[in-house]
Amino acid sequence: MDFRWNIITNNLPFLFKGASITLQLTIISVAIGTVIGLFVSLMRVSRFKPFLWLSMSYIDFLRGTPLLVQIFLVHMGFPQILTELLGTTIKFPVFVSAIIALSLNSGAYIAEIFRGGIQSIERGQMEAARSLGMTYGQAMRYIILPQAFKRSIPPLGNEFIAILKDSSLVSVIALQELMMVGRIIAGRSFRPFETFVGIAIFYLIMTMTISQLVSYMERRLGKSDHCQ
Amino acid sequence: MITVNNLKKNFGALEVLRGISCQIAHKEVVVVIGPSGSGKSTFLRCLNQLEEATAGEIFIEDVNITDPKTNINKVREEVGMVFQRFNLFPHKTALQNVALAPLKVRNQSPQQAEELAMKLLVRVGLEDKAHQYPDKLSGGQQQRVAIARALAMHPKIMLFDEPTSALDPEMVGEVLEVIKDLAREGMTMVVVTHEMGFAKEVGDRVLFMDEGLIVEEAPPKELFNSPKNKRTQAFLSKIL
Repeated sequence: MDFRWNIITNNLPFLFKGASITLQLTIISVAIGTVIGLFVSLMRVSRFKPFLWLSMSYIDFLRGTPLLVQIFLVHMGFPQILTELLGTTIKFPVFVSAIIALSLNSGAYIAEIFRGGIQSIERGQMEAARSLGMTYGQAMRYIILPQAFKRSIPPLGNEFIAILKDSSLVSVIALQELMMVGRIIAGRSFRPFETFVGIAIFYLIMTMTISQLVSYMERRLGKSDHCQ
Repeated sequence: MITVNNLKKNFGALEVLRGISCQIAHKEVVVVIGPSGSGKSTFLRCLNQLEEATAGEIFIEDVNITDPKTNINKVREEVGMVFQRFNLFPHKTALQNVALAPLKVRNQSPQQAEELAMKLLVRVGLEDKAHQYPDKLSGGQQQRVAIARALAMHPKIMLFDEPTSALDPEMVGEVLEVIKDLAREGMTMVVVTHEMGFAKEVGDRVLFMDEGLIVEEAPPKELFNSPKNKRTQAFLSKIL
């Protein structure tokens, strides 16, 4: 048996296109997830009970159920309900469904990352800010969040890598990201081994590049870290 | 200027303050001493409501700050606080630390706020450290920046919560010097401290607290030389 490299090399443009979709999906989802995560984490640390309950239910549901189920719920469940409510057929494009599902999912994890960051800032920081007459919101915005965000960068990098890998699950709704591209090539060539080795290499290159980037940022911020 | 009526504070089942009443006059320097766990810091932190009172009233210039309807942010603009552990903002330079509240709370222009901040840094002798971050400053320098930061709001009252307890011995002097200057200029101050020399020198009155109560209060000479209460005597014999 020999390893047929040409299965990979003949399909390079197709593979690159899949990888590009995967990257877009990841970047957009993590960006939206970061915004969601910020608001949910602020609700999670607030003393206002309804905010607390709402944010905890959100986090528990999205972290406690499989992403695969969430993808089906968004892509098939929501359109069904919207269709019934509005009386006209509604369907999301697969890319939109994928973004919604991944953003909601990463939002929950990022909310917990930010919460950890916020709670790691010593109480004295909030007290000093409040003692100067700042409101809770001002103290959060100018004092707590900038420091918390800095401490959140390493786990955010890990979350980015996790979402990049988990985005392969959206191939089940036939979005042509990297994993779906692999399934198509394997189906056409009847060479799943070469194909998925190629796919794995593509994922590996992307995740390793990102983890290098994150550790570079960590080192740079570490130098100007005025948090200690 | 400050009137405290029967102030009580509980943490759960623990009674930390068990009924404190006192009056502090305009321009008076009041030093609070007592063993650890006596409630000194809690009492001080109630004066700007960093700790919410469980019962009792605190008036600052006729404003009842324990009333939930009072806008506590407005009150805190007038009451500066200096902490044992400095609590400077580590992501901001010394100058930015001082300028932040005038900028964001008083809505001054950036130039105005920075000018004011610079003036205050000169006053505490740290103009050459203006653009340093707190982690590049010694403890004494950090605490002087913290004092400048509190003064930037032009407070009518300054609260000091063991301002020299976290400092290396050789830095205590420079911080006390700044606080003494303030006292000479007529700032109304409440100082929780273990520095008895400082208490004698600048205090108009000393409050001795134990187990959540003011046990004895008198001018420093009187309290240190001829304490009347047994517990005051016991405490002073241990530390002097």
